[in-house]
Amino acid sequence: MATSSKNITTAPSNGTGTTPARLEVLKTYKIYIGGQFPRTESGRYYIPVNAAGRQLANVCLSSRKDFREAVVAARAAFGGWSSRAAFNRGQILYRMAEMLEGRKTQFIEELLLQDSNRRAAEKEVNLAIDRLIYYAGWTDKYQQLFSAVNPVASSHFNFSAPEPMGVVAIIAPQDTSLLGLVSVMAPVIAGGNTCVLLGAEKKPLCAVTFAEVLNSSDLPGGVVNILTGQPDELAPWMADHMDVNAVIYCGQDTALQQLLRERSAGNLKRITIHDVTDWEENEGQSPYFIMDTQEIKTTWHPVENIAGAGGGY
Amino acid sequence: MPATGSSRSSSSKTEPRLSFSLSPHIDQVGVEERASRFTTRSIKKEAKQNGLRLVLNMIDLTTLEGKDSEGKVKQLCYKAMHPHDALPGLPTVAAVCVYPSLVRTARQALGNSGIKVASVATAFPSGQAPRDIKLRDTRYAVNEGADEIDMVISRGKFHAGEYNFVFDEIAAIKEACGEARLKVILETGELGTYDKVRRASDIAMHAGADFIKTSTGKIQPAATMPVTLVMLEAIRDYYFKTGRMVGMKPAGGISKSKLALHYLVMVKEVLGEAWLSNEWFRFGASSLANDVLMQLVKEQTGIYQSSNYFSVD
Repeated sequence: MATSSKNITTAPSNGTGTTPARLEVLKTYKIYIGGQFPRTESGRYYIPVNAAGRQLANVCLSSRKDFREAVVAARAAFGGWSSRAAFNRGQILYRMAEMLEGRKTQFIEELLLQDSNRRAAEKEVNLAIDRLIYYAGWTDKYQQLFSAVNPVASSHFNFSAPEPMGVVAIIAPQDTSLLGLVSVMAPVIAGGNTCVLLGAEKKPLCAVTFAEVLNSSDLPGGVVNILTGQPDELAPWMADHMDVNAVIYCGQDTALQQLLRERSAGNLKRITIHDVTDWEENEGQSPYFIMDTQEIKTTWHPVENIAGAGGGY
Repeated sequence: MPATGSSRSSSSKTEPRLSFSLSPHIDQVGVEERASRFTTRSIKKEAKQNGLRLVLNMIDLTTLEGKDSEGKVKQLCYKAMHPHDALPGLPTVAAVCVYPSLVRTARQALGNSGIKVASVATAFPSGQAPRDIKLRDTRYAVNEGADEIDMVISRGKFHAGEYNFVFDEIAAIKEACGEARLKVILETGELGTYDKVRRASDIAMHAGADFIKTSTGKIQPAATMPVTLVMLEAIRDYYFKTGRMVGMKPAGGISKSKLALHYLVMVKEVLGEAWLSNEWFRFGASSLANDVLMQLVKEQTGIYQSSNYFSVD
């Protein structure tokens, strides 16, 4: 909010010259739901602080109702997104990479604010762009790789193919601001799912700025919804929500992992946990990550016995 | 009532003659401002649960498609009697609303459940038919067992200023209804201004309507809160003038429980408690029922629900 963002002190303004230092216009970091940028309905905010003690921004502390609204938006977007041609989903992911490339400097600046150094920040942004390209390529290829024609003993044509699960709730890696979030989100939407993503609590800046990239890259509203806030607060709602088909949790908190697993037992939700994945390495990208939020559907199609029916072709 | 003073006094000298061109003018900005205030009331916990049950009990569960079949109507009637058996103790809906040719099916399916059968009639939804056909349409529906008739007014005649034609037509249909209660659909989306909505409401009530109803559901915009407020105020003024209660039925576009609760607030604050039952207030809706059920289950379990677990209607 405008009033409390004055708390964020910036360049030292005292003393050096006769012209008064310009008052910096600070960005308000809002959340991203259904292609819109609302504030949290709860009216709650928090101010993350970096290692140097500088207050980063006034950031929305999302509530369960923000999450609920985001799930409604994601569910509404699912039909359209999952029925798009796989190639078109690839084009849109590629477009996201293009837009990210164009705003590279802004992301590097934000990463520097959030305790990164220039070399590491540049590497992180470049990797995030490359990762989007990587999954853009996979959108129309993973189906062939993971489907099968199955040999069966009866007169059926039997085949299995992966299909998107639906709405996926994601708790992004907490130690990176951009790369982790992109690495977890990209395979989910590449596979035709929609998602609600909770950014890193202590490093939330890139999550919100990335939402602006999404908003200008042909991605339909609601396919990706981005919240900022506390994993501890929102995790139980993610696990309980009947309209969420899967939860991806990135982190080492074993109590939270257990909570997710227990609460999702009643509603048969799939839980995926990334606790040791190093997103900067090759292990941070894989077509198997797409399969984490796919269901294998098998079809039994009766085959007519042409000769037995006396047919003549 | 802000009717123009001079013309009012001239008519009050003689017996109370009706001139519908004297219906009060509506302050558009004021009505919209007032209507938006109703959406700021906070209704939580028990009040919300009671409100939701009331909403459910006020629904006219409706199917008005060209593709309606006996099977579809039977299914709808089952839903009307058993909204959600997983949640015992729920009220039923108020009525099932169908085309005349399916009234008999609905009547048989509902048996002695106490749920009313409402039928649209009079060449619904356009109303473009000669009067004798409209009368036969009405009598047919009543003979088939309809408890309530939803008629449409002749909007073309209304716009042409032939208010007497519209009045006579409603009066004739009312007579044809016999014991059945008559709901008069104004189709506010085609009337254009609040002034005309008010005038059509006055005509309908004076002609004998038991209910006035906003829309057919086939035209956008359908029911809105400002339009409903104009009609509620017409009902109030008519009640003060004649002592006869007239019911209200907003229809079309009300699919969320929160919005339905806003409508109840509006009814209570404009007309009072006496109208807060399904004898005097109805929602014409089909998807609203499931949203109300999902909210009720949410209130009981604390878990957000998915439409996958509620019956398709």
